[in-house]
Amino acid sequence: MDKGKAVMGSGRRWAVDFTDNSTLPSSRDIPDPPGFSRASQEQDDSAVAKQKKDAEANWKAQKAWEVAQAPFKNLLMMGFMMWMAGNTVHLFSIGITFSALWQPIGALQGVGKVFEPYKDSKVDLLVPKLVFIALNLGGLALGIWKLNTLGLLPTHASDWVSSLPPAKEVEYSRGGFPLL
Amino acid sequence: MAMAIRSFLIFLFIISLTVPTFSLHEDQVGLMDWHQKYIGKVKHAVFQTQKTGRKRVLVSTEENVIASLDLRHGEIFWRHVLGANDAIDGIDTAMTKYAITLSSGGSILRAWNLPDGQMVWECFLQGPSDSKSLLFVPTSSKVDKDNTILVFGKGSLHAVSSIHGEIVWKIDFPSESFEVKEVIQHHDGNMIYVVGFVGSSQFDVYQINAKNGELLKHNSAAIDGGFSGEVSLVSTAKLVVLDAARSTLLTISFQRGEISFQKTYISDLVEDFSGMAVILPSKLTGLFAVKTSTATAFISVSSEGKLEVVDKIMHATFISNALSISEDQQAFALVWHGDNEIHLNVKQVHDWNSDLLKERIKLDQQRGLVHKVFINNYVRTDKSHGFRALIVMEDHSLLLLQQGKVVWSREDGLASIIGVTTSELPVEKEGVSVAKVELNLFEWLKGHMLKVKGSLMLASAEDVAAIQGMRLKSSEKSKMIRDHNGFRKLLIVLTKSGKLFALHTGDGQIVWSLLLNSLRQTEACENPTGINVFQWQVPHHHAMDENPSVLVVGRCGTGTDALGIFSYIDTYTGKELKYFGLDHSVAQVIPLPLTDSTEQRLHLLIDANGQAHLYPRAPEAVSIFQRELSNIYWYSVEADKGLIKGHGLKSNCAGEVADNYCFGTREVWSIVFPSESEKIISTVTRKSNEVVHTQAKVIADQDVMYKYISKNLLFVATVSPKASGDIGSATPGESQLVVYVVDTVTGRILHRMTHQGSQGPVHAVFSENWIVYHYFNLRAHRYEMTVIEIYDQSRADNKDVLKLVLGKHNLSSPISSYSRPEVTTKSQSYYFTHSIKAIAVTSTAKGITSRHLLIGTIGDQVLAMDKRFFDPRRSVNPTQSEKEEGILPLTDSLPIIPQSYVTHSLKVEGLRGIVTVPAKLESNTLVFTYGVDLFFTRLAPSRTYDSLTEDFSYALLLITIVALVVAIFVTWVLSEKKDLSDKWR
Repeated sequence: MDKGKAVMGSGRRWAVDFTDNSTLPSSRDIPDPPGFSRASQEQDDSAVAKQKKDAEANWKAQKAWEVAQAPFKNLLMMGFMMWMAGNTVHLFSIGITFSALWQPIGALQGVGKVFEPYKDSKVDLLVPKLVFIALNLGGLALGIWKLNTLGLLPTHASDWVSSLPPAKEVEYSRGGFPLL
Repeated sequence: MAMAIRSFLIFLFIISLTVPTFSLHEDQVGLMDWHQKYIGKVKHAVFQTQKTGRKRVLVSTEENVIASLDLRHGEIFWRHVLGANDAIDGIDTAMTKYAITLSSGGSILRAWNLPDGQMVWECFLQGPSDSKSLLFVPTSSKVDKDNTILVFGKGSLHAVSSIHGEIVWKIDFPSESFEVKEVIQHHDGNMIYVVGFVGSSQFDVYQINAKNGELLKHNSAAIDGGFSGEVSLVSTAKLVVLDAARSTLLTISFQRGEISFQKTYISDLVEDFSGMAVILPSKLTGLFAVKTSTATAFISVSSEGKLEVVDKIMHATFISNALSISEDQQAFALVWHGDNEIHLNVKQVHDWNSDLLKERIKLDQQRGLVHKVFINNYVRTDKSHGFRALIVMEDHSLLLLQQGKVVWSREDGLASIIGVTTSELPVEKEGVSVAKVELNLFEWLKGHMLKVKGSLMLASAEDVAAIQGMRLKSSEKSKMIRDHNGFRKLLIVLTKSGKLFALHTGDGQIVWSLLLNSLRQTEACENPTGINVFQWQVPHHHAMDENPSVLVVGRCGTGTDALGIFSYIDTYTGKELKYFGLDHSVAQVIPLPLTDSTEQRLHLLIDANGQAHLYPRAPEAVSIFQRELSNIYWYSVEADKGLIKGHGLKSNCAGEVADNYCFGTREVWSIVFPSESEKIISTVTRKSNEVVHTQAKVIADQDVMYKYISKNLLFVATVSPKASGDIGSATPGESQLVVYVVDTVTGRILHRMTHQGSQGPVHAVFSENWIVYHYFNLRAHRYEMTVIEIYDQSRADNKDVLKLVLGKHNLSSPISSYSRPEVTTKSQSYYFTHSIKAIAVTSTAKGITSRHLLIGTIGDQVLAMDKRFFDPRRSVNPTQSEKEEGILPLTDSLPIIPQSYVTHSLKVEGLRGIVTVPAKLESNTLVFTYGVDLFFTRLAPSRTYDSLTEDFSYALLLITIVALVVAIFVTWVLSEKKDLSDKWR
């Protein structure tokens, strides 16, 4: 069938088309092998097609769930990396924190595209989508939390007053010893 | 791997926490600092022009400096600065190899080796009473003959061996108040005559055996007229004195100890004489000079004692001592000043009409009158006598005149600076090309290649020298225009002589100098003195076309009730714009934080009666001032009464004449210190132009403390009266030091602290919300420094982030001292090794850069210390978060890091003050240190974080970028080729 679509799916590089072409009249030129009864097969044709569709839907639902749960692994990985990075501000910790922030944001932007290959009238994609979004939001929260532990979020009074100029004084007074 | 990275990063972080030091590399000396050596106004000079060796002149000065100068160029061979209390009374040379100085009121006699200035011996002379002192070194032709040096000091006469400095003999005179005027040694060398006065009416002659100090004869005679104290010795047995009324001359002859008088009225000698006469100090045989109100009369004395006027000169004339030019010939010099020319006459003592030399020397700049002259002779190639004269001018400069020219001049007025301010240089105008040859591209590249080599440590010794030379040459530091970073400025300094100098901060050159007419002696103003120099007009917004100007305030006379003098000087041209005498005295000068429409700063002058006078005298200034009248206060400190008073202003003066520019004052508060236990020794306030970046101090864990920043705070230190003397004069039990922080608007005492067993002198510095002061702890026998930090408690609960985000706080509303804000103080003390002379703090343009304390040590150097050492929150074991904040572990004494001396290997002799000026570049501050010497440098207390350093190699950066771009292209082409070949496979 359509190769490109599968590629766009979830990393499937190739596909095999299992639809049977043997019922086509052109193939009838070749005699059936001895002992083969075509009648029983033709009789089950519609049932087989239905069965196949069900299998595909199942497979799609399963894959959608897999995709939805993928960020969880990412989350664990990120958590580990953050722990490794420590709580001081330097290149390494900042890099990790920002990648932890960008990844969920990027994923959330592409939510529709991620689940597009599994679109099917029979498959309910809402729950996997919600799980996917929730997990990514969790990743985002982790990133923000990390940002805060690094002290990069203005959540303290000191962040708001540290460059506040001194207040003006109303009075002015000078003097001292008489000049000699 | 991550762990390793983490530990490495922690290591890096710890490195960044260590205190940065600001040492220079050897090749950086002189790049941004300069040092100038001076000696001060010359008091005595002794020439050293023997046939062998280099020609020098030995001088002693009013700054207590003894120096040996090169006669060819005026450079200092060697120099010693005696202490501030060690005034030099006399200098001479002995045995042609020692310089002898008598100092400290005739109590210390020292011998210095003439060629190199090393001290050979020192002798302390003691006597019964304080008296004037006199040094007499008998002349001797033999080099190694042991002459005795005769010293009169502390009321007795000492004979000191010139080889070892041992006291050979000593005579105490019977009358305690005997004051020696002259010591005369006869040619045979065995007999000394000492002549002098007891009181004002008795003349005494003592005859003393020079070998053993035996008193041989004593004659005295009373004179009814009394003496004025002025004496001129005209021969070995004859003296001319002036009587107390200064109208009669007495010729006293004391041949063989017998005293005889001869009286001559000056009016008989000088026809139109009236008033007072003055005998000019000189030592000429048979001749002396009397200065009257109209002229200077030269009077010869015959061997019979008859006086005769030889000549009269109508100018203010100065005469030198006699110089023997041959066996029987003596010469002396006469110098007077007129029409910007110096008239120098050298005459023979015995023959008035013989002019050995008559010269007129034109001066290139205004130096005022001649104050002193010293002459010396040399033999020309045609065997005739030539003369050179060393003259001291009114502006304290020293000039050597020879063959009708000024051979060299020294601006020694700069050794006595009394006021410093700064001025900007002019901005670069369009069309005005910078007078500098631009390098061509090849040279530019070559220079940068050299720099690259230098930074990659590939440079050879010659290359290093070339780099250094290039740096010095290419540095634009001495240009006469404003620079982008604000490093180039003019330092306007006022000296004791009344001369104003503008020094360029780049290399210390004198851009212009001006002997202020307002500070010169006139009929109306007998003894004018300068007080200080202030910035008067700093045009930057409204009056860009005007030149900036400074204000010099002085007074006629020395007391606080003497009338004031005002003078405005344009700092670009160095011309006195206007000057006038004031009709009131000057006790305080208060620059106000107000300017008029031409950017002239309003100044309030407080006179001795406590009335305030506003300047500039213009209606506009008054209307500006009236608006702020109720908010302006001033305070006075009266140390002798132990009183600090605060005053407010009233709208008009109490005077009889209506004066719109005069304001009366009312007393608002006063603090009286108990006179039996406290004596005010020091007060310090914040600099009025100091800039503070923020009011909040962020401490560990993102907590905030609010600084109490007020310019109206005064730090006062008092000691118990017994302990106000020198260290050691009081026991620890009876000495205490009390420090106060006073609000000068309301008189409220914010903080008081007692240091038991401590005493002054106290040196303190006040900046932002902290004070650091230095004193002596008698119990610990060490100097201590204490820091006080003041925090505002009433703002401390401004910690709600939401409110701060929405701007619902009162942190930026103006504050008044009358709201009595709650303050808390934190304080901590540390031991410090040095005794100090001055203390200052760095100041930057925006106040963001961390501050350094600049400590002028007793060794005349300047030590920079990070303010972090003076942090009252230091503890022995700081927590992790405190460490991250940069708090250093507490130590009981402050470390002195040798690299943090900003003066590096130089000394600012006689250090008296440190001035810091912010540069335009926030990270940099300009430091000017003055004393007898001047030193200027540029500091970056937190390193130069806002610009690339001057030796940054742009070429290296460029080359790196080009190389990277080339590398990218090459690898791209290579990878394309590889891809292609992969596809073909």
